[in-house]
Amino acid sequence: MNALSLHRPVRIAARVLIAAGIAFALLYVIVIASPPPEVGGNWRTTNFGSAIDDWRSFTRTLLNGLTAAGLLFIVASGFSLIFGLMRVVNMAHGSFYLLGGYIAYEVQQKMTGQGFSLLGSEVSTWEWVLPAIVALAAIAGVGLIVQQIFLRWNQGQELRQALITIALSVIIADQVIAHFNEGIASTVTWPGWSERLIELPLLGVDYSLARLVVLLLGVAVGVALWTWLYRTRTGMVIRAGVDDRQMTSALGVNIQLTFAIAFVVGSSLAAFGGVVGASQGAVASGQDGQWLLNSLVVVIIGGMGSLLGAVAGSLLYGLVFAFSAVYLPTTGDNCCTQYSIVVTFMLLALVLAFRPQGLFGRQG
Amino acid sequence: MTRDPKTLIERAIAVGVLVLLALGPLVFNDYWVDAILTQALIVGIAAASLIFLAAYGGMISLAQTALMGTAGFMIGNMVTKGGEGGESKGLTLGWDPTLSLVLAILGTTLIGIVFGAVAARSLGIYFLMITLTFSVIAFYFVGQVTVVSGFSGIAGINNYTPSFVGDMVNDRYRLYYIALGVAVVSFALIRFLIRTPFGLALQGIRDEPVRMSSLGYAVPLHRTLAFGLAAFLASLAGVLLVWWQGQIAPGDIGLQATIDLLIVAVIGGLGRVEGAWLGAFTFIVINNYIRDSWLTDLLDDVKIGGSFQTIIGLIFLAIVIVSPDGLLGLWDRLWGLVRRGGGPDRPTIEPSPAGQQG
Repeated sequence: MNALSLHRPVRIAARVLIAAGIAFALLYVIVIASPPPEVGGNWRTTNFGSAIDDWRSFTRTLLNGLTAAGLLFIVASGFSLIFGLMRVVNMAHGSFYLLGGYIAYEVQQKMTGQGFSLLGSEVSTWEWVLPAIVALAAIAGVGLIVQQIFLRWNQGQELRQALITIALSVIIADQVIAHFNEGIASTVTWPGWSERLIELPLLGVDYSLARLVVLLLGVAVGVALWTWLYRTRTGMVIRAGVDDRQMTSALGVNIQLTFAIAFVVGSSLAAFGGVVGASQGAVASGQDGQWLLNSLVVVIIGGMGSLLGAVAGSLLYGLVFAFSAVYLPTTGDNCCTQYSIVVTFMLLALVLAFRPQGLFGRQG
Repeated sequence: MTRDPKTLIERAIAVGVLVLLALGPLVFNDYWVDAILTQALIVGIAAASLIFLAAYGGMISLAQTALMGTAGFMIGNMVTKGGEGGESKGLTLGWDPTLSLVLAILGTTLIGIVFGAVAARSLGIYFLMITLTFSVIAFYFVGQVTVVSGFSGIAGINNYTPSFVGDMVNDRYRLYYIALGVAVVSFALIRFLIRTPFGLALQGIRDEPVRMSSLGYAVPLHRTLAFGLAAFLASLAGVLLVWWQGQIAPGDIGLQATIDLLIVAVIGGLGRVEGAWLGAFTFIVINNYIRDSWLTDLLDDVKIGGSFQTIIGLIFLAIVIVSPDGLLGLWDRLWGLVRRGGGPDRPTIEPSPAGQQG
């Protein structure tokens, strides 16, 4: 049902216009854009010029978008899983990300005893994996507590649950500042072997191995989630629960156990995302809001509770974000790349205007 | 006339509070008038726009803070002057303050209508998520786009006020009375609107969107217009806010500020517009009189740590768990108990089962 019920010609015209816009954007990136001249510039001027001018930079931007999408997927798939099954919008998802990152940081600091300037070469694989495991386990516990104490008794009251998780996120954000490195930006250090550039076969482009690891982790999480949801009994129950919660529990399935499992897994994914994010950049107080936003954007684009939607949403958001940061025209010193946030917004508005339920979401 | 004792008591309290507020500067000291009451009146207007949408439209909007800030940034960009003697970032257009005032309010309302048109097709929790996304994007927009603000924001805005408004920098009582006037008018406007055919249709849509749609009402249009009206109210709050604090920065519309406004509305009560000012007053008094050190000092053995935010978060959590309709919901429920052990006589914040995405 198209509630806005525009007249048909208007709708078609709008679609044509949007298709033209997207086609122009693609053309712009691939051919139209040109490298910056010595002085000045015009609407065609971008940082690197078009893909044809500088295909190495183009490939790098593409890879940046993909690795960003990998991290986005790790975090947002957890958000989407919880929402899809339980109809809980976990506004504390970003807080779990933040906590996860900081816990891993603290554990790694304890393990290496290095303090601020921890070099990658001083970190073994184990010294990255163990902090990640501890963070995951800790947030799994936090998630279980939150779900059992705050969300179990008020199932179906979506807004109330959202408000409760907002309250929790306020408390967690403040407590993180009080207890974890004063909330200042903290980096979990990648193990030494990943801190180098590798030349990609075929492409001939140097690219950071650590970032490729992020992409790989994203894919691994995706595959693991798919296998879990589509090839195991628990996954089957979860999918059944997403479709029809009441019928599933009427069939004798312990839906409460399933809810608890889904919430724990979803929370752990946020924590894992936090560890990866803290390794790739840094985790800092205030990022909880940013990652809540990221998760929201991904699931609004992709559709709530759909694994495929989370993949599509992460890819679209990651790529649009990476490209708009580099390929918007740069006439003058700091022209248009600062408007990249507008492009994200346009992506969102477009999806909402034509598919309010998201690309892969189901109606109702 | 009603003989309901509850209504009578509420009216008596309302009159008493209004008289007290009208006497304002005679009763309260300067700090209270300026820092607490004026701020509570302004924040209350923004919260009232949120509660109006929640109570009568069934839409919990997290975009109200962003809309309030939009008006503030608009007026900030329009009135301030750059160059010599100018003090400000932003576009520094140096336009006439009266014109800027009108343009900022109109512009924000228009943006609200556009936002509303996109968001109005979603309901309940989806609406909450989408408006939250709008709000965070607005925050990043003013932060990133240094032309209009940048992270340090725009200062010295209240040096340029329309002549009929007067000096907002030194004459703080004047600002107080203006805020009081706007707050009363906003309240009256909402109360008037919900009795008009538009308001009644809006409440019908809140309860039974599908049925109203089959009856021929343009459901998204009504929601969009309601959102536009709420944006108008938020813009009034935004203008007053920049006159009150003189400046506006992205932090004023960040996630923290957005959630604070929601907390204000929830503390007061999402079911009744009066709750906006009650919530704002409560929040601001707590904010002013709770010391950050309390958590560390009083609970030295437990070492909880944290600041004001932890306390307000705990209060918020307690209210959402115990009384989702806030303080006014508690009050309503108290009367329900006095009458005959009944429950609350107001709708709770949960929409009807029909209030899912349709």
